Amino acid sequence: MYGFLIGVGVLLIFSIIWMVYRIQTLVSVVKGSDKKIASGSNKVNAILFIVFLLGGGILMFWYSIKEFDNYQLPVASEHGVITDSLFWWSMGVTGIVFLITHILLFIFPYKYQYSEKRKASFYPDNNKLEIIWTVVPAIVLAGLVISGWVAWSDITAPAPENAHTVEIMGYQFAWEVRYPGKDQVLGDYDYRLISATNSHGVDFSDKNSVDDFPSPVVVIPKGEPVLFKIRARDVLHSVFAPHMRLKMDAVPGMPTRFWFVPTKTTAEMREETGNPDFNYEIACTEICGRGHFSMRKVIEVVEPEAYQKWYAEQRSFIQMNPALATGVPADAKEVAEVQLTEK
Amino acid sequence: MSTASVANHDAAHDHHDHEHHDNFVTKYIFSQDHKMIAKQYLVTGMFWALIGGLLSILFRLQLGFPDMDMSFLRPILGGWIDEAGKLDPTFYLALVTMHGTIMVFFVLTAGLSGTFSNFLIPLQIGARDMASGFMNMISYWLFFISGVIMFISLFLKTGPAAGGWVVYPPLSALEQAIPGSGLGMTLWLVAMTFFIASSLMGGINYITTVINLRTKGMSFSKLPLTIWAFFLTAVIGLLSFPVLFAAALLLVFDRSFGTSFYLSDIYIGGEALPNTGGSPVLYQHLFWFLGHPEVYIVLLPALGITSEVIATNSRKPIFGYKAMIISLLGITVLSFVVWAHHMFVSGMNPFLGSIFMFLTLIIAVPSAVKVFNYLTTLWRGNLIFTPAMLFSIGLVSFFISGGLTGIFLGNSAIDIQLHDTYFVVAHFHLVMGSASFFGMIAGVYHWFPKMFGRMMDAKLGYVHFWITFVGVYMVFFPMHYIGIAGFPRRYYSWTNFEFANMYTDLNMFVSVAAIITFGAQFIFLFNFFYSMYRGRKASENPWRSNTLEWTTPIEPGHGNWPGEIPAVYRWPYDYSKPGAEEDFIPQTVPLSATPESNLPHEQELVKVELEIMKEEEEVLVSNETSH
Repeated sequence: MYGFLIGVGVLLIFSIIWMVYRIQTLVSVVKGSDKKIASGSNKVNAILFIVFLLGGGILMFWYSIKEFDNYQLPVASEHGVITDSLFWWSMGVTGIVFLITHILLFIFPYKYQYSEKRKASFYPDNNKLEIIWTVVPAIVLAGLVISGWVAWSDITAPAPENAHTVEIMGYQFAWEVRYPGKDQVLGDYDYRLISATNSHGVDFSDKNSVDDFPSPVVVIPKGEPVLFKIRARDVLHSVFAPHMRLKMDAVPGMPTRFWFVPTKTTAEMREETGNPDFNYEIACTEICGRGHFSMRKVIEVVEPEAYQKWYAEQRSFIQMNPALATGVPADAKEVAEVQLTEK
Repeated sequence: MSTASVANHDAAHDHHDHEHHDNFVTKYIFSQDHKMIAKQYLVTGMFWALIGGLLSILFRLQLGFPDMDMSFLRPILGGWIDEAGKLDPTFYLALVTMHGTIMVFFVLTAGLSGTFSNFLIPLQIGARDMASGFMNMISYWLFFISGVIMFISLFLKTGPAAGGWVVYPPLSALEQAIPGSGLGMTLWLVAMTFFIASSLMGGINYITTVINLRTKGMSFSKLPLTIWAFFLTAVIGLLSFPVLFAAALLLVFDRSFGTSFYLSDIYIGGEALPNTGGSPVLYQHLFWFLGHPEVYIVLLPALGITSEVIATNSRKPIFGYKAMIISLLGITVLSFVVWAHHMFVSGMNPFLGSIFMFLTLIIAVPSAVKVFNYLTTLWRGNLIFTPAMLFSIGLVSFFISGGLTGIFLGNSAIDIQLHDTYFVVAHFHLVMGSASFFGMIAGVYHWFPKMFGRMMDAKLGYVHFWITFVGVYMVFFPMHYIGIAGFPRRYYSWTNFEFANMYTDLNMFVSVAAIITFGAQFIFLFNFFYSMYRGRKASENPWRSNTLEWTTPIEPGHGNWPGEIPAVYRWPYDYSKPGAEEDFIPQTVPLSATPESNLPHEQELVKVELEIMKEEEEVLVSNETSH
């Protein structure tokens, strides 16, 4: 019944609109306004541009200021502070250009709306002006590019020697984490070794892999360089840690990396944001299939001492599953056995 | 069908040397008339715009109202709505993929370039038709076949391609990774192959026609900016589409013939694949070698149309005609050397990232010049707000808003955070999506009288413009905030993450705005089809414009001009020239006929012009007598 009534209502509204449309067309024919170069609508449109300029401008400023703390994620890495400042510098520069050009773009239609009494000025070119507005943007952009380039070079420079290595591997649809263990060297891996018990495909015949250990969360120390070694097992993924201002694709067959220095522990961030449940997160930003939107991993930033303690307490792959040690060569076997007895 | 031939016979054709016998099939289906082909492109483009728009509404429903019971969509979507009335997450990805593919290729490439390059190139340069009408016809029909295949793929049980419109392997190569990479992806690749062939044929035709078939006096320095834009667009397409074809071909090999161009070290579905040594990044390089120029393929025609519409309706010459051409040329060349800015965080060598950052920000300069020139054209003009003019001003606004955010994204250091977030979505939907779309709509409003001999209703046009203009900003402006907050693209829902577990209100707002904006397009559709039959009859030159197309009869027949093709004596932007009586002087008016308004350097050209005209006359006379 309601469906029927709604249908009738919609039909009525459409027929009214239709009538209004026909009547205004006929009226305009009678008035001869269709013969005029610019009808009364010209003025209305000109005014609407001003209305849009004011309305849109107010809305933009109001919302940008009101929501600032919401959309501006707190930053928790050294390079993030730099890229954020680059971002806001760019925002300042482009914001000014945005405002000026839009004010002109919407005021001109009002100011220079058609009048029969006036004639447009014939102003086909002015080389001086063209040169000015080629050179000025070029200089401004050069400034932005160079500062961006300096930051980019620093961020992508090789990681410091003392960086803590963490391997992050993406697969459909989760992340797995591997630490290099006591020797600080990640063991080899081969995708053909992947199995139900060895999801990383770690090659345990490599001595370095014997003490490698997994972790359900990414634990990293505050204030010390951390190197993410990133790889993917099946399709492209992308490691995105928004608070760290960190993003790097995970590519099957081509390991990638990203190093950074976290500046705030999770606890400190909980205090800063006033949210006792706050967690640093990793999300996937490269489309990877059905579960693309659910590849979450938590990063826990702790004080360096706590990190060392936590690190020493972890159990290696082999300790968790001694069966993995079957392929271990003789010389590495001792290390493995030591590990096994240590627990 | 051919029995309709007599009824459809067009009297205008009788003027030609050889008589055409158009029946229904040759006139409306397998037409070789560039104007009809243009209309075919336009209507097909509109059909695809509706489909593409509808798909976006479906996924906006999911994003804006994640708790909504979508059972009511089951009649259309069937099994893609599950028992609980929820949209299937895989199909969500298919929706965004097909929305992107359709909008970029079918609507803004074929629908825009296909329509206006075909329609305007012969009319504005003074040619009877395209260089090869037959190839032009093939071009449309290849596009049509491509569309049919893509359309069929929407209805597959495993769904259409779903790896994003960029179809990055390995996701797009492995059926195990996502069901859409099965038959759906195969059809995607086949459809794109037809599409590439179609756009190459079109492009070759546009280029040849512009170079060879310009009428007497129509030098490159007298071409309207529309033609410059179409010409350079075709050049870009001709050079970059083959690379997409190469990328697609290698992908076909990887998918079907066991090669490893893009595949390496993959363990999926419980087994390790034999492929090694390939690189997914190679595909990205190849794809973006087309993908970035593609942005300009959709944008340049829109900018060309805008230049023409703004100049005409400001009653002022376009400011900096030469600077505009140089900017277009600059954009054309630079568009080929910026592709890797889509790949700053793909794992590509960071040094390459630096190079591409520099090159990318250089391309902002000619774009900025164009904006300033548009503004100066409006300055001290005598502005008439036809719907086309409104949409052109809207385009400039989008071009500024979206262009400026490009400066953030082109900066690799800033891009680390913004890459693949909604900031990018906001950026390209404004600068290439909406701007090009507005250019296309402006073109339809402006050249409708030439296409169908009738006027579109202006008032409906105003309503259409204001709802769409405000609507587009309401949809895409909020996405900047969401993007700065780090919301990733192509997410079915954000509730899994604490950092993105907000802005449900804003997303709802965006979705509502999108639905309203989409709804407003039906005003345009009504206006279009109604005016085609019942609109007011157009006059010969309704916008009092200078370019050649307005010297043809109101409804030009096959061959465009009944008699001789008019010669051209001046540039197309003599609006409001001091001394002239009217505020426009068409290109066909000789300088010698307007001594009162000629500029000093033009006065000197008059002598040359008179000599040429004298010679011409002698030739004509001798031709007459020899008959």
